[in-house]
Amino acid sequence: MSTLEVRRGRQRLATRILANPLSAIGAAIVCLAVIAALFAPQIAPFDPIQMTPQDRLLPPSALHWLGTDDNGRDILSRIIFGARYSLIAAFGILILAAVTGTIIGLAAGLFGGWLDEFLMRITDMFLAFPALVLAMALTAALGPSLFNAVMATALVWWPWYARLVRGQALQLKQEAYVEAAVIAGASRLRIAFHHILRNCLTPLIVQLSLDMGYAILTLAGLSFVGLGAQPPTPEWGSMISVGRDYFLDNWWMVTFPGLAIFLTVMAFNLLGDGMQEVLSPRAPH
Amino acid sequence: MIRFICRRLLFLGFVLLGISVITFALTHLVPGDPARLMAGQHATAEQVRELAERYGLDKPVMTQFWIYMTGLLQGDLGMSLTNRRPVLDDLRQFLPASIELTLAAVLLVVLIGLPLGLMTGARRGKPVDHLMRLLTVGGVSMPLFWLGILLQILFYKHLQLLPIGGRLGVLDIEPPQVTGFYLIDTLLDGDGDAFKSAVIHLILPSVTLAAGSIAVISRMMRASVIEVLDADYVRTARAKGLPDGAVLRTHVFRNALIPTTTILGLQVGALLAGNVLAEVVFNWPGIGLYAVNAIRNLDYPAIMGVTLAISVIYVFVNLLVDIAYVILDPRISLEGMA
Repeated sequence: MSTLEVRRGRQRLATRILANPLSAIGAAIVCLAVIAALFAPQIAPFDPIQMTPQDRLLPPSALHWLGTDDNGRDILSRIIFGARYSLIAAFGILILAAVTGTIIGLAAGLFGGWLDEFLMRITDMFLAFPALVLAMALTAALGPSLFNAVMATALVWWPWYARLVRGQALQLKQEAYVEAAVIAGASRLRIAFHHILRNCLTPLIVQLSLDMGYAILTLAGLSFVGLGAQPPTPEWGSMISVGRDYFLDNWWMVTFPGLAIFLTVMAFNLLGDGMQEVLSPRAPH
Repeated sequence: MIRFICRRLLFLGFVLLGISVITFALTHLVPGDPARLMAGQHATAEQVRELAERYGLDKPVMTQFWIYMTGLLQGDLGMSLTNRRPVLDDLRQFLPASIELTLAAVLLVVLIGLPLGLMTGARRGKPVDHLMRLLTVGGVSMPLFWLGILLQILFYKHLQLLPIGGRLGVLDIEPPQVTGFYLIDTLLDGDGDAFKSAVIHLILPSVTLAAGSIAVISRMMRASVIEVLDADYVRTARAKGLPDGAVLRTHVFRNALIPTTTILGLQVGALLAGNVLAEVVFNWPGIGLYAVNAIRNLDYPAIMGVTLAISVIYVFVNLLVDIAYVILDPRISLEGMA
């Protein structure tokens, strides 16, 4: 296949995913969030950290579209900057967990035997555990911060990807082209990365796109109970946590950051659903 | 069946061992010094050392682990560093509140999620179905704690219909603890007003906790209903002239339940975790609020105790779900699942 054909193939794929209106809406919101994260300093009308006590707790107005918080900071600006923390941190979880899980799953699936048995028992042990609770205990142990929340969550998430990749590897191992590569004398590493991993990528990417929203929610939850980002960081979960002290009379302080989480997570879920429909092997081609 | 349960219980033993090792190891890598934290900022070095000695915090890590594990086998989870009570007593006091809340949420999930899934599955492609798809995606995308806060603003502040949090009102008399479930204890106590108050206080937290799971379960139920509707036995039932409602109730519903049950089991894990958030929002005096406070105070024994307790519940629930799975579908052999 030439590069051009590959590119055309990708374009067709994107068109098919976006053909579903819900997925298209999801993709649009995801794009907005990414743009907000990338260009936050240019877009945000106010400084997200600088306190202006004389403007504290102002309701939404023409100047402050989404109101101000207890330190007089513009909530819209904080939400725009918050996109950076939420997206990067959630992405960090997925990458860390997926890379770890993939290496372990590949090793288990390809080598089999006692290594497989050993790795899968460890995986089962992690899966037998409510993930968020373990993540909370780990973050508490490491010390509350957004970085530690990411590490802890990744540490409890990798088993899901290990399972997925192992299953794929076991199946792909039987394929004729892998056997052909073995006969042709390809090294184990080459087979693992070139033949097996490449073909595991599609289900992995679908799973990751479905999990992105969940990663954002988990991080927001950890920040909400004080284990993730710490004030004054404009992270969405932490903004709600602070807003809770004022929420009965100042509804905007909790409503808008929550809306940002809700819309972003929903967008990723809609997009993930769309990708699954198009990319999963069960979907008619 | 018995062999299966034994194997699972054996696995449970290993899981618990693994979990206690993991939690112990991690809670002892903490940068903070719990003795210093407990003694307070103005304590002298002497006082800190004394405290560390009293709670064994000055001993080598391996010795601490040995003390912890031998205690654990005797049902001793250690003393809480903050309130200086045995952690087991704390768990006994706070766990029932969490279980009551979780059960209420499970009840909502079953009573709302299953019929919703059946309804949308049967009306596939109709406007109701599309609307429900949007609602269910919304349901799983909503941060639980945010939903709780919005409900508080609406039902407490604006409509003034429901209380903002807690298990009982300020004026209600707490029932003597028999089961720890207020819905039962208030009845045993013959206190009708307290019972009513307990029910009212349970509404918002349980709805908040259940919302996400209702979305997941109804989605799952819808998918399996659609699959079952295609089955030959459904066509046969229709062909022999059974009315639609009866087909849905007797043939479709029961068969669609089977795959949904497994997901329901997985959802219990989500509910247990969600408990922590819901309890913080509604100031619900359960194990989740206890855990958050323990974490804030670096109360190791309490953190380990809570983590262990939640894991035990989680593993047991999954065992029960697997058993229920077999009862619902006799074709499944237990041997393959252990």
